[in-house]
Amino acid sequence: MPQEIGFGTTAGVQAPPPGAFRRFLQGDIFHAFKRSPLTITASLIFLTIVVAALFAPWVAPHNPFDLRTLNLLDAFTPPSWSDRGNPTYLLGTDDQGRDVISAIIFGSRMSLVIGLAATVLAMILGVTLGLLSGYVGGKLDAFIMRVADVQLSFPAILIALLIDGLARASLPKEMHDTLAVYVLILAIAAAGWVNYARTVRGSTLVERNKEYVQAARVIGRHPLAIMFAHVLPNVLGPVLVIATLQIGAAIITESSLSFLGVGVPPTQPSLGTLIRIGNDFLFSGEWWITVFPGAALVILVLSINVLGDWLRDALNPRLR
Amino acid sequence: MIAFVLQRLLQGIAVMLVVGFIAFSLFNFVGDPVSLMLPPEATQADREAMRQSLGLDKPFYKQFATFVENAVQGNFGISLRLGRPVSTLLVERLPATLELAMTAALIALAAGIPIGVYTALRRDSWFARFLLTTSLVGVSLPNFLIGIFLILIFAVWLGVLPSFGRGDTVALGAWTTGFLTTTGLKALILPAVTLSFFPLTLIMRLVRAEMLEVLRTDYIKFARARGLSDRAVHFRHALKNTLVPVITIAGLQLGGIIAFAIITEQVFQWPGMGLLFIQAVQFADIPVMAAYLCLIGLIFVVINLVVDMLYYLVDPRLRAERAAGGGH
Repeated sequence: MPQEIGFGTTAGVQAPPPGAFRRFLQGDIFHAFKRSPLTITASLIFLTIVVAALFAPWVAPHNPFDLRTLNLLDAFTPPSWSDRGNPTYLLGTDDQGRDVISAIIFGSRMSLVIGLAATVLAMILGVTLGLLSGYVGGKLDAFIMRVADVQLSFPAILIALLIDGLARASLPKEMHDTLAVYVLILAIAAAGWVNYARTVRGSTLVERNKEYVQAARVIGRHPLAIMFAHVLPNVLGPVLVIATLQIGAAIITESSLSFLGVGVPPTQPSLGTLIRIGNDFLFSGEWWITVFPGAALVILVLSINVLGDWLRDALNPRLR
Repeated sequence: MIAFVLQRLLQGIAVMLVVGFIAFSLFNFVGDPVSLMLPPEATQADREAMRQSLGLDKPFYKQFATFVENAVQGNFGISLRLGRPVSTLLVERLPATLELAMTAALIALAAGIPIGVYTALRRDSWFARFLLTTSLVGVSLPNFLIGIFLILIFAVWLGVLPSFGRGDTVALGAWTTGFLTTTGLKALILPAVTLSFFPLTLIMRLVRAEMLEVLRTDYIKFARARGLSDRAVHFRHALKNTLVPVITIAGLQLGGIIAFAIITEQVFQWPGMGLLFIQAVQFADIPVMAAYLCLIGLIFVVINLVVDMLYYLVDPRLRAERAAGGGH
């Protein structure tokens, strides 16, 4: 499975001894993985969604954005198993005759891309600020931590909304539409860096007094080099766990913003946008336009959260 | 005690100044307020006159001082979208949001504490496991989806509850309330349940964890050794001690509930401040955004202050520490 290869390659970056992958298969983490049916199910579901999203143009039965293939006469077709259903459209179609399951596949691609990109950006931002805060200390530390305190007392969604509103007010309309996805990634990342910064700062405070850091300082290495080449690898463990748990939260924030109508433009819908579109037809009885994207979102986030919980427990030596 | 309150008060004022500064920057640097307010055919002389009347020709710190002065008096200018004073708009919308948030908080406490106690006491029963798993699913469910599913079931399929708006309201002076009419109460049910879902799972998990912790302590073992009934041990001794952190978290959650009301208000078209704010974001209506930001900031600061003081009153250890540290 690609996921195992993923772990194998991270091990390979640090030290490439032959058989790193085999050692992983015999290691504690994989052992814990094998013993949890819930985790195995969650990872299978997650992999299926990721593969479907990656190869969306080939996997999806229709292309929901190719206007030539859309037929308005097919609009509002219910799922294939109901009376008026059409076997071509497994989960039915929306108001413009778009195939719901294809829209979900493309939508989860958008949600995954934004969720992952925002998480990575928040991680880079948070880790850098946390390292600086912990290693340099003094006024810089006090300043960064005060900002973190203030930000932590406001919910992430509010901060993301504010940044999005700011971008909307300062950019011209057309420019904002083309940049919407990037603005969204930036807004979610800016709302999520605090967790990483606090964790990294805490572990950096411990690491900076250790001998290897002092040795590096004595031989005159640049502080930035010490931070990123020596301290960083030793504080990265907990960061990866936070990141896994944050992906789910980032996807929820993205879908909430898109649902509120301030996220991605309807031309490149994410799962949240699809739910928003379908919400308009809830009362006329076309429930499938909302319910299936909603279910897809829940399944995606749930499988990521189960994996994150498992990773946290598996990496926590106290629970072994 | 007075020193502690003063210190927290100063901290709160500092946070409010930061929030106010962000709001002020929104006002003055995002887009040009002059061109936003004047019609496009205005002449250069009109612009200069407008700049002077807005005080934009003055130095930066004086502008900020004026902004703070106006903000303290509740003057945030005129909504660009609706053309009415922002403060009036917010005051009109405030009761709807507060009633929704309070009801949601009450539901979360009234259901979260008993469920938490139950799952802690009957740890191995299948029902407790079921509740715990449900709460995990609940954390993975975005707030708006819960609302949509509730609308689908109770408004569309069963047709028993309304799905949007506030129903009929009664005006009590400046405050409009939906508590006094049947339609108002019915309209409140779905949004309040939706909004209470997340804090409910949080309180339930917190009560469960605290309860399990307390049940392991020596004084509980001693209470059992004294031959007290299970009921007395669980509710008189254990529960009382779990409630201190619960009060803190519940208090802090109230701010979160008010902020998350934005999403719930959008789903149910509930005419509160959140709906006003989200429309302001969509239309880049800066004065409304700035005012909402300040108001939410104020609510958060006040809640934090009250919770800190409650904590201080409830936990004697904090007081003892202060007295010892204070010296004279």
